[in-house]
Amino acid sequence: MALRTSSGAQYARLMGVGGYRPRRVVDNAEIVTYIDSSDEWIRTRSGITERRWASPDETIQMMSVAAARKAIERAGIEPGQVDTVIVSTVTHLIQTPAIATTIATELGAQGAAAFDINAACAGFCYMVAMADALVRAGSSKYVVVIGVERLTDLTDIHDRSTAFIFADGAGAAVIGPSDVPAIGPVVWGSDGEQADLITQTEPWDTAIPRHERGGPDPVAQAAAVADDPEGSAAATWPVLRMNGNPVFKWASYAMAKTAAEAMDAAGITPEELEVFVPHQANNRITDAMFRALKLPEGVVIARDIVHHGNTSAASIPLAIETLLESGEARSGQTALTIGFGAGLVYAGQVITLP
Amino acid sequence: MPTTEEVRSDLAEIVNEVAGVPVDDVQLDKSFTEDLDVDSLSMVEIIYAAEEKFGVSIPDEESKNLKTVGDAVAYIERAAS
Repeated sequence: MALRTSSGAQYARLMGVGGYRPRRVVDNAEIVTYIDSSDEWIRTRSGITERRWASPDETIQMMSVAAARKAIERAGIEPGQVDTVIVSTVTHLIQTPAIATTIATELGAQGAAAFDINAACAGFCYMVAMADALVRAGSSKYVVVIGVERLTDLTDIHDRSTAFIFADGAGAAVIGPSDVPAIGPVVWGSDGEQADLITQTEPWDTAIPRHERGGPDPVAQAAAVADDPEGSAAATWPVLRMNGNPVFKWASYAMAKTAAEAMDAAGITPEELEVFVPHQANNRITDAMFRALKLPEGVVIARDIVHHGNTSAASIPLAIETLLESGEARSGQTALTIGFGAGLVYAGQVITLP
Repeated sequence: MPTTEEVRSDLAEIVNEVAGVPVDDVQLDKSFTEDLDVDSLSMVEIIYAAEEKFGVSIPDEESKNLKTVGDAVAYIERAAS
């Protein structure tokens, strides 16, 4: 008996991207009311001038659906044609069920295969790699991938090393069959030896529910802690901590090597590259990677972090959408994407912009 | 074995490239943060470039002690010998 196996499209491509940016704009003047810092310090250390913080109604579900609807519309397909939904997030605070299932249903992709992954700030590139493989293997035809975070739910707004960086938002893409090569080989991996560089401080089983800490708003929570510094609010709600300098060094140099390998794997030289979209972690990391990669001056560089902060898994699709909408980049251009973050995990690939 | 002046001169080139500090300002008695206005992220970049240039390893906990150009030059000379 010969077992039948699946076979899919020869190539896959990004067919459309879409983003959702929370309404509330938080500028550096507000941030410096929470941390001992200055607008100038924040801008020179990170490039960030403002970021978006989600309001209570801008949930993981709501932002994901809004971003994915735009991506599906731009891809020119119907929601019912989507047969797989993958969500990457580290801030969906309900572990089970995966939020991908209810997102698929609300999108109108009822019945699609749906699951969540945790690859932190590398999540989008991890999902593109998986979607590319699913489409080419014939397991799926149209995959929706969504990077979505409410990082402010796990931000200590008095932490000088993270409060000005973390932000909220969602970015989605549709990946489907292509007649021509449009997603290069992924170069990815992890380094558990450095797991302690970016972590959640407390496990959930010791956490005090958010509503007991002043509500689903980081400012109200910080106020509750300030009112009662010895109380339970201060004690055990987890936050994300980051050891900035070693992360900066790893991201700037080890990741430049990974990015170069992704270009090599795709057979693209720096001169052929048109757009560089690294995870929007910090403009200084982007600058250091750009120098280390020796990219030509004409390459368009994503700087979405300036206005939207670091949105982890959402940052790359949000940055792509910004470049396409502003006209700085255009459909059909060759772009290098690379994500890197808590784990440590990383993934990079060359893509053709949708 | 490079002389102290050669190490200082090579390090000055790195500091210039990373942080835009004029090469002649990078003297042994100068503090990176106080005198040369090098911030912590630029310091990470300078340390990395110095590791590559001089073939030495400068662990994170050591780099915190390198306050002046002279501290860094002395560390590199010790590590390279």
